Amino acid sequence: MRRLWITLTYAVFLVLLIAPLVKIFTGSWGDGWSGFADALTRPESLHALMMTGIIVVVVTLLNTLFGVMLALYLVRGTWLGNRLKAFMNSIVDLPFAVSPVIGGLMIVLILGPSSALGTFFEEIGFKVVYALPGMILATLFVTFPLMVREVMPVLQEIGAQQEEAASTLGAYSWYTFWKVTWPSIRWGVIYGVVLTVARSLGEFGAVLVVSGNIMNKTQTATTLVYQDVENFNVSAASSVALVLAAFSVGLLLLMEWAKKRKEVH
Amino acid sequence: MHIEVRGLNKQFGDFQAVNDVNFDIAKGQLIGLLGPSGGGKTSILRMLAGLETPTSGDIIFHGKRVNDLPPQERGIGFVFQNYALFKHMTVYDNVAFGLKVKKAAKDVIRERVMSLLELTGLKGFEHRYPHQLSGGQRQRVAFARALAPQPQLLLLDEPFAAIDAKIRTELRTWLKEMIERLGITSIFVTHDQDEAIEVADEIMIINKGRLEQKGTPWDIYKSPQTQFVASFIGESTIVDQVELLKGFEEAASWPGTKALIRPEYIEIGKRNEFRLPSATVPGIVKHLHFRGSEWMVEVMVGDIKLITYRSLEKDVLQPGQEISVLIHRAYLFNDNDTWIMENKLKEDPMPMHI
Repeated sequence: MRRLWITLTYAVFLVLLIAPLVKIFTGSWGDGWSGFADALTRPESLHALMMTGIIVVVVTLLNTLFGVMLALYLVRGTWLGNRLKAFMNSIVDLPFAVSPVIGGLMIVLILGPSSALGTFFEEIGFKVVYALPGMILATLFVTFPLMVREVMPVLQEIGAQQEEAASTLGAYSWYTFWKVTWPSIRWGVIYGVVLTVARSLGEFGAVLVVSGNIMNKTQTATTLVYQDVENFNVSAASSVALVLAAFSVGLLLLMEWAKKRKEVH
Repeated sequence: MHIEVRGLNKQFGDFQAVNDVNFDIAKGQLIGLLGPSGGGKTSILRMLAGLETPTSGDIIFHGKRVNDLPPQERGIGFVFQNYALFKHMTVYDNVAFGLKVKKAAKDVIRERVMSLLELTGLKGFEHRYPHQLSGGQRQRVAFARALAPQPQLLLLDEPFAAIDAKIRTELRTWLKEMIERLGITSIFVTHDQDEAIEVADEIMIINKGRLEQKGTPWDIYKSPQTQFVASFIGESTIVDQVELLKGFEEAASWPGTKALIRPEYIEIGKRNEFRLPSATVPGIVKHLHFRGSEWMVEVMVGDIKLITYRSLEKDVLQPGQEISVLIHRAYLFNDNDTWIMENKLKEDPMPMHI
């Protein structure tokens, strides 16, 4: 009986996790090396991978900066009332609860061409929806809780006393942050960065709604995979997917390492 | 640094943590803030440091109001209850922190840090991290770190609370000597009366946010000004009907008056051991507790239970034994007043009985 359960568990693991990876791998190599290389060097592939790259970099930078700041204000800030803080704290999780597609839709509704704000931005020559800024905004919405949720517990655990000690020793907030707070939270931040990169690399729903999926303009790697599949171009889809999967596996390994360091410090 | 505090108040929401506190501290004194937990001692200390803003009142250092100065500019050193050492820095970097902030020259920092480590007996530990140190060593690092920028005032929040009993007494003596040698004005918070009595030049008793009494440990013990102070310092038994005790019948003329009697106010023994047997009352030993260096004796005088100590050198008593009890004095209090009453029979060697 026990053996049966063990076999079943391994079977589920294989079917759910390993089989797709193997299939992606064999699919992308179905036409040999040249097929794989051709699929990746198509102009639309290169453009889509570049778009994904830009989004990942910009979103990770913004999310790290504002995520760490919000975590600091929510944990350490004294000028906010406790109730307001609790409210903001629960609002932070909103993107976890809302489907990314709905997140994207909200951005379209607020900043789309038919809205007042959207028309205003369009007039000054800054296109938000169906362009890169909207895609960044949508990815930022989806990934926002990741950094805050990683950093807040660390800040709570270390407490304010080391920072207070620094202030009685004459250090002002900037110096205190870099010399005292940062060394304690950095592994949490790195973990948050890895999560943000992974999430923004794979984001599909919100980006699809906001970008309009225009080839060579607003197409990302994930939406390209979707389009290739729609066009029955399976080996091309597998090739792009393999690149994404390889990145994800790399990130997972990095995440494991960061998690270990986080626990040590 | 001379410190003045005038009309200090601190409210957290509806809770009055500190209530109209006034005091003066002369330069170079070592002051103990003593009181039960949650009484507002730490709030006072944190307001002096600038880590908390007073709701109202003035804090004056050297004749200058410092209420609006941030902690960085008050020239204070603060030793936290859990030391709050920078855990990712070595002992050396911890102590050097305050000097690095002030951008002191490297060799100046080195010299100052090494002399402080020498002073605190931490030489050879400069490359250790806080988690590699014992509690007592961490406490000394915290102390050295606070002293490094040469503060005018040293504030210590429950400095010995996290250290085990044996080392605590050693550290107390060490800290007292150290502060005396440096001549720095210091204030420490404690809930342990032994600690305050042993270490402090003067004690301030804080209860429910109020300053109950300020004075030398001896003054406070000898003439407590409030009932709280009397019961908080030293051991004591509260007696509801003190007029029933021989020699204190006069107390009956103040209805509603209770008495507080310390163990050391009471002498017990055989009747012939007393110089004034007429002043004693008979009592019965109820319980005996061995306290390591002496006996704690519970003795019943009528319906009143009193507690006292007896030397191990004297005859061992037995529960149920009849003995004589001499109560030297009692500390009387009622709603309006507090005073000390000596045993009337003791004062008059030839009492007249009619």
